[in-house]
Amino acid sequence: MAEVRNTDPGSVLAAAADLFTFAEFDAESSERAGYSDYSYWRSTVRVFLKNKVALMLLILLIGLLLFTFIQPLLPGQKSPTEIYNDPATGMQIRNLAPNKEFWFGTNSIGQDLWARIWSGTRTSLLIAMTVGVFEIGMGIIFGAAWGYMRRLDRVLTEVYNVLSNIPTVILLILLAFMMRPSFKTMVIAMCATGWLGMARFIRNQIVILRDREYNLASRCLGTPTRRIILKNLLPYLVSVIMLQTALSIPSTIGWEVLLTYIGIGLPVSIPSLGNLVNEGRLIMMSPELRYQLLFPVVVLSIITISFYVLGNAFSDASDPRNHV
Amino acid sequence: MFKYSLKRFAQSVVTLLLVVTVVFLLMRLMPVEGYLGERSDKLTPAQREAILQKMGLLDPWYVQVGGFYKKLAQGDLGTSSIYRVDVPVTEIIASRIPYSVSFGLVATAASLLFGLAMGVHMARHKGRFWDKLWNGYVVFILAVPLAVYPLFIQLYASDLLKLPILFDKHTPMSWILPAVSMSLGGIAGNAMWMRRYMVDELNKDYIKLAKAKGMSSSAIMVKHVMRNAYVPMAQYLPVAILATIAGSIYIESLYSIPGMGGLLIDVITRQDNPMVQALVLIFSSVGIVGLFLGDILMALVDPRIKHEKSEGAR
Repeated sequence: MAEVRNTDPGSVLAAAADLFTFAEFDAESSERAGYSDYSYWRSTVRVFLKNKVALMLLILLIGLLLFTFIQPLLPGQKSPTEIYNDPATGMQIRNLAPNKEFWFGTNSIGQDLWARIWSGTRTSLLIAMTVGVFEIGMGIIFGAAWGYMRRLDRVLTEVYNVLSNIPTVILLILLAFMMRPSFKTMVIAMCATGWLGMARFIRNQIVILRDREYNLASRCLGTPTRRIILKNLLPYLVSVIMLQTALSIPSTIGWEVLLTYIGIGLPVSIPSLGNLVNEGRLIMMSPELRYQLLFPVVVLSIITISFYVLGNAFSDASDPRNHV
Repeated sequence: MFKYSLKRFAQSVVTLLLVVTVVFLLMRLMPVEGYLGERSDKLTPAQREAILQKMGLLDPWYVQVGGFYKKLAQGDLGTSSIYRVDVPVTEIIASRIPYSVSFGLVATAASLLFGLAMGVHMARHKGRFWDKLWNGYVVFILAVPLAVYPLFIQLYASDLLKLPILFDKHTPMSWILPAVSMSLGGIAGNAMWMRRYMVDELNKDYIKLAKAKGMSSSAIMVKHVMRNAYVPMAQYLPVAILATIAGSIYIESLYSIPGMGGLLIDVITRQDNPMVQALVLIFSSVGIVGLFLGDILMALVDPRIKHEKSEGAR
């Protein structure tokens, strides 16, 4: 080697030309060798579609959600909060079993249960989605900072250790108890308790990813931290973040029902799944009135189970190890 | 080990103090009606002032915190203002502790026992009938809110099995439904992680080696897999305790069990601040102690855990 370095570059090239022949660049053959038709998202969708149960639930859920939001626009719908009176007697139509006029019957003060259920579903979904969006936002910001900046790690870990020691349900009850019952209260209390888990989850993922070789290389090349987080780390996390969000929706709906039971949920004037389940619970001991509990519970269970199963199915599908 | 326990203990104490202080201060942000009780409406502003002054609620916050800690050290959590007027909070709560503790312990034990057995069963029948059946159960229980499925157990199981619908301490039959309702969630959670753990573990090389040298699969289970499962089990125990707390609050109230969970809901509806404060503190302490014990247990069963960097492993 040392000898070669000392010689004239021209003569080296000439010597090499005897030994090797230059290959022509052939676009087609290079395509054949380097081309792979693997696409992450396409494979994810393909694996997801194989799961027939999840697919069925997806269609069911989309249908249900669409219907929930267009229901008030349909012709002939009743108001969820109006109390209906019998035109003949002028009395409230109380506890009327399901019939042609009131599809799901009426409740104990004569409101239309069909309209109330869809209105309640809208309220509960709105809470769940607001909380979900907030949780992702806070979770990503804090989780990324926590996982990526070592100086912050200690501080945030200590904060987490303190907060995570308090049972969520107690914290949630305390917060909801302190503020007056309203939509805002509910959202604030659930955001305050929910984002921490998400932040921690993202932080753990980032700790796993941040010292991989490609990130090390990126750092050595002087890529700014913000860019590393946004371009190198977050794309890895899309699937797990979506899973967490999908799972946060059923749990938010569940907390809402629990808080309403305790008496610190939404005011009774706003129909929500929690209020409907609670109203149904109060009269569940008389068998002929149980439809008032069953209808809301069935709608609620379809929503929570679908989100839960879909979240899990999607997370399985988005794991590249399942793509082969 | 000793050094680690000491450090972890100190951490728990600091956490406890922080939580107590924060809860106390948060409660001070609330409307004062919760301290005046039924009398609230009939009082003239001057009388209100006098009562609040006497209770020390008008002092600067750091004086209040100091006074609170002083009383707490003497085991005094104040008196109830609405629930049972002027009765010491500790006295009301003391009579309720046995119910909550016994139901909590039974539920935690049952959820560990049945949950882990179910998880092992699922892993051994992976992808076949039993796995799918139990998985249906797990998904159902974890996805349907805690506030919903116990209602139906109370409603229909009491009819079908001819069990009492409310708790009565003299009728042992009435203890069954609440205990079952409390454990269902824990069983599902335990079964889920146990199955995942077993499936991962059974694919590992050391299991393949054990198989290759001719060990029977039950011997592999007992000698290798189960022994390694102690660590995640110890890790999961405190989580199980925390989960039981959530369940107990709702189910105690549903079955009218005279425990602390039912009491919490009662005093929240009646806005009895000193009671709410005391119960919140007790439940938080249970959580803190549970997590502390879990970490110590984990260090005991897994000698590798030096915990120099515990990374907040939960």
